[in-house]
Amino acid sequence: MTKPTMGPALAAAVALVLAGTAGADTIKVGVVAPFSGPFAMYGKQFKDAIDVYVAEHGTKAGDHEVQFIYKDTGGPNPDTAKSVTQELLVKDGVNYLAGYTFTPNALAVAPLVDQAQVPTVIFNAATSIITTKSPYFVRTSFTTPQVAGPLADWAIAQGIKTVVTSVTDYGPGIDAEKGFVKEFEAKGGKIVDSIRMPIATSDFSPFMQRIKAAAPNALFTFIPAGPPAFAFVKSYSDNGLSAAGVQFLGTGDLDEETTLQGLGDAALGIHTSFPYSVAHESAMNTQFKADLAKVDPGAVANFASVGAYDGTEALYRMIAAGGTDGDAGLKAVLGASWESPRGPVSIDPKTHHITENMYIRVVAKDDKGQLINKEIETIKDVPDLGLVSK
Amino acid sequence: MTTLASILLDGVAYGMILFMISVGLTVTMGLMRVVNLAHGGFAMLGGAFTHWAMMSAGLPFPLAALAALIAVVILSVPMERVFYRPIYKMGELPQVLATIGITFLMIASVNYAMGSSLLSIPLPKVMSGAVDLGFRTLPTHRLYVLGAGVLVIVGLFVLIERTRFGIRLRAAVDHPGTAACLGIDTGRIFSLTFALGAGLAALGGILGAELLPIDAYYPLRYMILFLTVVAVGGMGSVAGSFVAALALGILDTAARYLFPEVGTIFFYLAMIVMLGLRPQGLLGRA
Repeated sequence: MTKPTMGPALAAAVALVLAGTAGADTIKVGVVAPFSGPFAMYGKQFKDAIDVYVAEHGTKAGDHEVQFIYKDTGGPNPDTAKSVTQELLVKDGVNYLAGYTFTPNALAVAPLVDQAQVPTVIFNAATSIITTKSPYFVRTSFTTPQVAGPLADWAIAQGIKTVVTSVTDYGPGIDAEKGFVKEFEAKGGKIVDSIRMPIATSDFSPFMQRIKAAAPNALFTFIPAGPPAFAFVKSYSDNGLSAAGVQFLGTGDLDEETTLQGLGDAALGIHTSFPYSVAHESAMNTQFKADLAKVDPGAVANFASVGAYDGTEALYRMIAAGGTDGDAGLKAVLGASWESPRGPVSIDPKTHHITENMYIRVVAKDDKGQLINKEIETIKDVPDLGLVSK
Repeated sequence: MTTLASILLDGVAYGMILFMISVGLTVTMGLMRVVNLAHGGFAMLGGAFTHWAMMSAGLPFPLAALAALIAVVILSVPMERVFYRPIYKMGELPQVLATIGITFLMIASVNYAMGSSLLSIPLPKVMSGAVDLGFRTLPTHRLYVLGAGVLVIVGLFVLIERTRFGIRLRAAVDHPGTAACLGIDTGRIFSLTFALGAGLAALGGILGAELLPIDAYYPLRYMILFLTVVAVGGMGSVAGSFVAALALGILDTAARYLFPEVGTIFFYLAMIVMLGLRPQGLLGRA
């Protein structure tokens, strides 16, 4: 893949640029995310969260002025991610990188990050293996097994004994299925049936009928937010599974807050697990939401917002401690812990991944009649279960 | 036995939704011979206007849907005049490029005005919930779609085969020059037919939103579905689209019941086999 001559050339170029910027003492951070196309939501959420953080903490981290440079990938597009990252490293001379919404994009830049030795904070991409691909990766989002495992524990505690898993047939769906099944069976639960649904499904009635016929205590699902989640939840409600006593368990991707209102009343009463709910009750979260409203009136926070907000916290800590010295910066953030709008978080020095609380939530209505993810139980300090078993 | 009945029931219900969202395209692409890839755009606009009328203006569903339908029809008239008149004269490939350009315009407009998240259309009490059929339940909404589908196909048949407008339309499509010589105002006929296609697209978008929810990227996401139904049914054949939609709906549903792991391949396989055997479509004229 990588041309053998590119490594030294790139390192030399980066060294040159680093030498050039050291005197000016403006630390540049390149942010790579989709700012156009169907996934532009991520870019917007990232930028809003960074703006909130800067509004709260100023443009200086320690003695260093911080400058953000944004680059668009347009979606899951590893080639573009790689070329814009290279441009940031060589042309703009950034000292830190951040963003990365999709797993293929993050994996594509791992060799670049390694060669340039630039600490890179992943705001979203949620496959476990990413952080093993370069020692310069740090991640502030979550992984799918980290979300699915605690939900299985909770299901057992609720007396749920039989489950049908029904996940979208692609990487994250299969990760979620494995994460849930492993934990659920280890605790003595029984998986009655496992369905993998084609990614282009728009009518879920056949699956709902099959689940209903199997009559489990609950179904577990992973399905991407947006149109598929809407149709799936609607189908669950229309086919009378709730009335038949089949509970709905899912990862919080499917009812994240920017699409939650669109799900409508059909979503009432479903259970999901996730690291962040906008309805999380803490002074910090209230402050975060108020500041977000100032930066971008009408914006709705979600998991991508806190991923980027905590990612910016990590960046500021690294810049304050290391300045242009990425390795010193990286050392400062490994093992660090702080309070986030989602609750207490820390960076696991072994996996470079965020350790955080998982919340079991139920979809309910607030006093204004809006749907919210109401947290009903907290599972404390969950590491990435894909890499570390408890 | 129950599985078979379930397959037929869900298949027909799904097929009817496919028919509703594609029938507008049968009219513009099939009857007017314009490769209108922006069809889904009109369906999305119908859904987006309904969403807006319900959420911001507080109208109840039937009124909001009607208002949205009228809005799309009205909007389609100047669009036809400005954009589509030059497109009619182009070859097939330029038509594809031009109409996909229009699709991008529509996507960007809705994205700009309403954002890229789901635009929900909550159904009224009478249309939501499920009806008990004894051996299982069926979402009530599907019965309404079934009713609307039958009305649309009967209405179109009468309009095209039995009215003076239908005769003029067929004449104008077959030979615009001769039709114009006989005193038929072909420009007006095309305007009206295009508006009819856009209105049907909007109706399909609104009624199909339970399964194919509305958002800014709707026109691209479901483009293949519309095109498949029209291609398999046969260009310009409303009855063909109807048969094709039901057949594909039942086939796809059966595959999901019996072999979910093979995915959507049956749907496309059926299309390939069908078009290999009859390139002009099920009921299309060669």
